[in-house]
Amino acid sequence: MNGTARSGDPAHRDSVNKIFMQTYAPSEQLKIVIVGHVDHGKSTFVGRLFNDTGSLPEGKLEQLQKIAERRGVPFEWANLMDALQSERDQNITIDTAQIWFQTKKRQYVIIDAPGHKEFLKNMVTGAANAEAALLLIDANEGVQEQSRRHGYLLNLLGIRQIAVLVNKMDLQDYSQERFDSIEAEYRKFLVSVGVVPKCFIPIAAKMGDNIASHSAAMPWYKGPTVLDTLDDFKVAALPTDQPLRFPIQDVYRFDERRILAGRIESGTLRVGDRLTFFPGTKSSTVKTIERWNAPSRDEASAGESIGITLTEQIFVERGAVAALENSGPFDLVRFKARLFWLGRQPFRKGRSYKLKLATQEVECEIESIHRVIDSSTLETVSRKENEMFIGRNEVAELVIRTKRPVAFDVHADIVSTGRFVIVDGLEVSGGGIIAEDNYPKRNTDPTTRSENIFWSHGKVTAPHRARRNGHPGYIVWLTGLSGSGKSSIAMELERELFNMGKNAYVLDGDNIRHGLNSDLAFSPKDRRENIRRVGEVAKLFVDAGVICITAFISPYREDRDMVRSMIREGAFIEVFVNAPLEVCEQRDVKGLYAKARANQIKEFTGISAPYEPPTNAEIDLKTGEQTVTESVTRILEFLHLRAEEDEISI
Amino acid sequence: MDYLSKLEQQSIYIMREAFNKFENLAMLWSIGKDSTVLLWLARKAFLGHVPFPLVHVDTTYKIPSMIEYRDRIAREWKLDLVVGKNTEVLESGKTFPNGKATRVECCGTLKKDALKKVLEDHGYNGVIVGVRRDEEPTRAKERYFSPRDKNMEWNVEDQPPELWDQFKTDFEKGSHIRIHPLLHWTELNIWEYIERENMPIIPLYFSNANGERYRSLGCAPCTGIIKSKASTVREIIEELRNTKTPERAGRAQDKESEDAFEKLRRDGYM
Repeated sequence: MNGTARSGDPAHRDSVNKIFMQTYAPSEQLKIVIVGHVDHGKSTFVGRLFNDTGSLPEGKLEQLQKIAERRGVPFEWANLMDALQSERDQNITIDTAQIWFQTKKRQYVIIDAPGHKEFLKNMVTGAANAEAALLLIDANEGVQEQSRRHGYLLNLLGIRQIAVLVNKMDLQDYSQERFDSIEAEYRKFLVSVGVVPKCFIPIAAKMGDNIASHSAAMPWYKGPTVLDTLDDFKVAALPTDQPLRFPIQDVYRFDERRILAGRIESGTLRVGDRLTFFPGTKSSTVKTIERWNAPSRDEASAGESIGITLTEQIFVERGAVAALENSGPFDLVRFKARLFWLGRQPFRKGRSYKLKLATQEVECEIESIHRVIDSSTLETVSRKENEMFIGRNEVAELVIRTKRPVAFDVHADIVSTGRFVIVDGLEVSGGGIIAEDNYPKRNTDPTTRSENIFWSHGKVTAPHRARRNGHPGYIVWLTGLSGSGKSSIAMELERELFNMGKNAYVLDGDNIRHGLNSDLAFSPKDRRENIRRVGEVAKLFVDAGVICITAFISPYREDRDMVRSMIREGAFIEVFVNAPLEVCEQRDVKGLYAKARANQIKEFTGISAPYEPPTNAEIDLKTGEQTVTESVTRILEFLHLRAEEDEISI
Repeated sequence: MDYLSKLEQQSIYIMREAFNKFENLAMLWSIGKDSTVLLWLARKAFLGHVPFPLVHVDTTYKIPSMIEYRDRIAREWKLDLVVGKNTEVLESGKTFPNGKATRVECCGTLKKDALKKVLEDHGYNGVIVGVRRDEEPTRAKERYFSPRDKNMEWNVEDQPPELWDQFKTDFEKGSHIRIHPLLHWTELNIWEYIERENMPIIPLYFSNANGERYRSLGCAPCTGIIKSKASTVREIIEELRNTKTPERAGRAQDKESEDAFEKLRRDGYM
């Protein structure tokens, strides 16, 4: 330690008090969360920040010192925030707390978040309410598990302003080298998860170095102090310029008028606006905007809690999201999301949960999990296919399916209708943000709307049918070039299964195109629709407990994956009927290749239209060399294996 | 939007959530500045109406002019007022300072137990309370929607996560939820808002002829007065911007032991 006045000295405190305790009205308020690994000094930092800005209440310091003395323990700055007896006993922060202080620029709300893995849900509670974050790393211990996890979660929680404080520099002799190496390591991590840190500051919270004033112990550090950095953060602007989203919170009947109450989440609402209520198509016009003891205005913007009345009375309930018709939210039953899970019980496929998005509440379930990530190491958590779930403190990329349509936006476009929480039983157990995808806008694609039917389960369930049939339903999806042998294999497979007493049925390209899909041609769009319809029909067969064999070229990977995603995991068996183009062209049973070469058929797969071979097919049949019988045997062996895994006993 | 409006709008949102989610909702009104601001915010949220009863826990030790003020406002604003009292303990005389009770015990019976009885008698499953995080360190740990079990106990080590304005609104039978719409306000914010809204407020907060005023209101035996010349809302705001004395410094029950207040709150105190 050097000889200069440390900021804990009474003389220093007095001078600081003079700076900060002037009479002025704060113009704005900013909420900051303090995060980082357990024991990296978050609560100590907050205590010190308060002391050094003259924000401690009278007698508080003396009171804490006296308590420490009475308990026979050294005084800790952390005790200012760790108000609970159990926190003082264990010297850790359990729950998030908030405390206020002011600089010349504005008022701050400091949110102290616990750093222990056990209390991640409290950290999330603290951080979700903040506009900026200070992340502390112990110079001695370096980057630890929660340092990384918190960095990752801040990004997911939507916090973009982050400064990193490398604390306890005194224990590393104020070494620039140590600071630089921690900065390099952690910056690399942050960048890899998409966070650009505002700055790194070396501090010693216990002594107050670089908090309110520059530290004499680290002359090599020329950057801003913590206080400079705080004042440099921006207060989050309300999204008044975005498309209007007005989720209905409640419907009141006061003074014989029907008033729709809610908060405008984004955009601006005006008297005379024609509103559409999503999900759905009902619409009406804003007649009045209702407020109490406030100046009357004909418009209201993001952040305002108001009431409205309508010109035509329509039935609208809590949950509806009012928007202008041409710039409304998506209105669908499935979306892609990134999610973190805090629940004691894992988030499991095959169970239903409650989803809350703005004021909507709807039953939901996991459709598919693409990836489970350890948010500290960023590694994919490997799990067997038949035990897919998201455990406590894990993060995942997944597709969620809801029982009824939900009005939502992509989080990157509109924040408050682009995020949701999942309730497991009685507890809020996870949160997520909606990722971008090719979501169809309303009425342009019937795909997703008709899927409501998915949920109308009868009393006879899939296990009942499987028990009766001796096997569950499957789709055996044969894909490959024209002439590769799909139809021959399909017919032979169906015959074999029939003889074995199984329920099987073939959907063949030719018979479908003559009936169900007679209105479709061969453009990429029509091919897609062709496959979608076949997929839907095949799905019904699977629901009925049938092994449905399809024989379609189905050239696009995306289309096949779409069908795969429509049914339960493991029920879609993709079979690549893999014969080289030359072999197929040579066979040319129907004479189609010759016509295509002669340009008499347009958009012929393999000649004038692309074929995308599967990358993850369950079965790859080299039909250039194998016989049909060999191919069918392969599929039967595979099916037999699957049935055992599914543990369906007769 | 200025920050006072942000605080106000957030509180309105929370109150409307509570009204939508709880069939049997009530609001505590202590006649003090915070719960009177809360009452004002309810009128904002419900466009001039207060669509639930107000519960006043009367210890009978309240400063007398508080009761007069309470009854006048209730009449003028057409409030549905429910008064709760622990008559058993009051009759037995086991209160502070004349009976044998300590301050904390007295708070426990006259406030906490009385509250518990009112909740049970009326079957309220949601109770709106005007506590603020900056009042006291254990209140700083509170949630907007804070569950209490059958015995009114607060499980402070295992509170529900609260994010993106999604609150805990599902709970077991017999338990209830405390709703805290003022959690994010400071004492100064409360006075700034009273000034902005030109709201009526009980005159006990203003300096009297002896140059004294109350900063925080409670029972007469346990609530101290402070030396102050502040006799208008504006003067109180100026005074608060310059003070470093905590708000509850005049509340003697907080100081009986290091964790006196935490114990009271865990057991169901406001």
